Amino acid sequence: MVYIIPALIILVLVSGLKKGVPCYTTFISGVESGLKTVVSIFPALVAILSASAMLRESGLIDALSQVLAPFFNLLKIPVEILPLALIRPISGGGSIGLLTDTIKTFGVNSRIALAACILCASTETTFYTISVYFGGTSVKYTKRVIFAAVFGDFVGILCASCLSMINF
Amino acid sequence: MNYVWSALIISSLIFGAVNGRLEETMQAGLSGAGSAITVLLSFAGMMCFWSGILKIVETSGAGKFCEKLLSPVVYRLFPKVKDRSHITMNIIANLLGMGNAATPAGISAMCQLDEENQKRPHPSREMSRFAVLNTASLQLFPTTIIGILASFGDPNPYRIVPLIWVSSAVSLASALFMDFILSKTQRR
Repeated sequence: MVYIIPALIILVLVSGLKKGVPCYTTFISGVESGLKTVVSIFPALVAILSASAMLRESGLIDALSQVLAPFFNLLKIPVEILPLALIRPISGGGSIGLLTDTIKTFGVNSRIALAACILCASTETTFYTISVYFGGTSVKYTKRVIFAAVFGDFVGILCASCLSMINF
Repeated sequence: MNYVWSALIISSLIFGAVNGRLEETMQAGLSGAGSAITVLLSFAGMMCFWSGILKIVETSGAGKFCEKLLSPVVYRLFPKVKDRSHITMNIIANLLGMGNAATPAGISAMCQLDEENQKRPHPSREMSRFAVLNTASLQLFPTTIIGILASFGDPNPYRIVPLIWVSSAVSLASALFMDFILSKTQRR
């Protein structure tokens, strides 16, 4: 795995030189447009990072987990992965931290750890992705996208729970 | 996103007040905003670097080659898009688990789709489909999870990989399906 990215870069440069592309100048102009994109997504980044920090610190995530617990019980989803399921769409770093915490608490060979791992690996930081990807565009209405993406996340939670059940 | 974001802030503040953690919550919000700078700086260089490399890929025509490789899938998902090279690069980077390379390609692809959508405030079908594709996980080899499992002394962390594939595929398919249904109902 360590060699893939370096090999890719060499491949790109060699194939560029072979085609007579002015590599350095092209690279510089690419960096310039990259910098513009970086600046354009900054506001969205401020919005989502401060919201997710507030959400975690206020204790709302924990409270929501308690409220949703009966519903999860009904679907036979282990309640222990609930906080993870709630934080996963918002914060990548936060969810990885919570995942390690979950594995530490329940042990590597537990159904809960397995479900938590599958959950983390098969879903993405949905809200973060949507705000960053649309941050540089003129799109204002993202309701449909959010609904479809959250639906996918929910199916991911169900899947993680079912698969972990089958394997235990 | 307008509603989601406002709801996140309002409910956090109210709940923080009820919970007696108002001060901590406010503090977290501000330091969260501060961390946006660090997060941005931490990937700004990386993002610029990959944008530069991608530009070389684009001009050398190597992008066209990758496009051909994945074209059966990408063409079916995005038949109306004129230039699919950024989309293809994004999907390849996602599959290989190179998040740092996937984001710049994805954002460029999104900006290009935005142009093709004539910068309208409503996302085109292609834009929403592409976003949904990126909010589901496409990774072929989940290195982070395997690393975490291994660090906790799991003798065989790779056993989880097929399970992750199944779960990713099902959740991605259902998200795409939901997006498809919603786009149908909205156009009529």
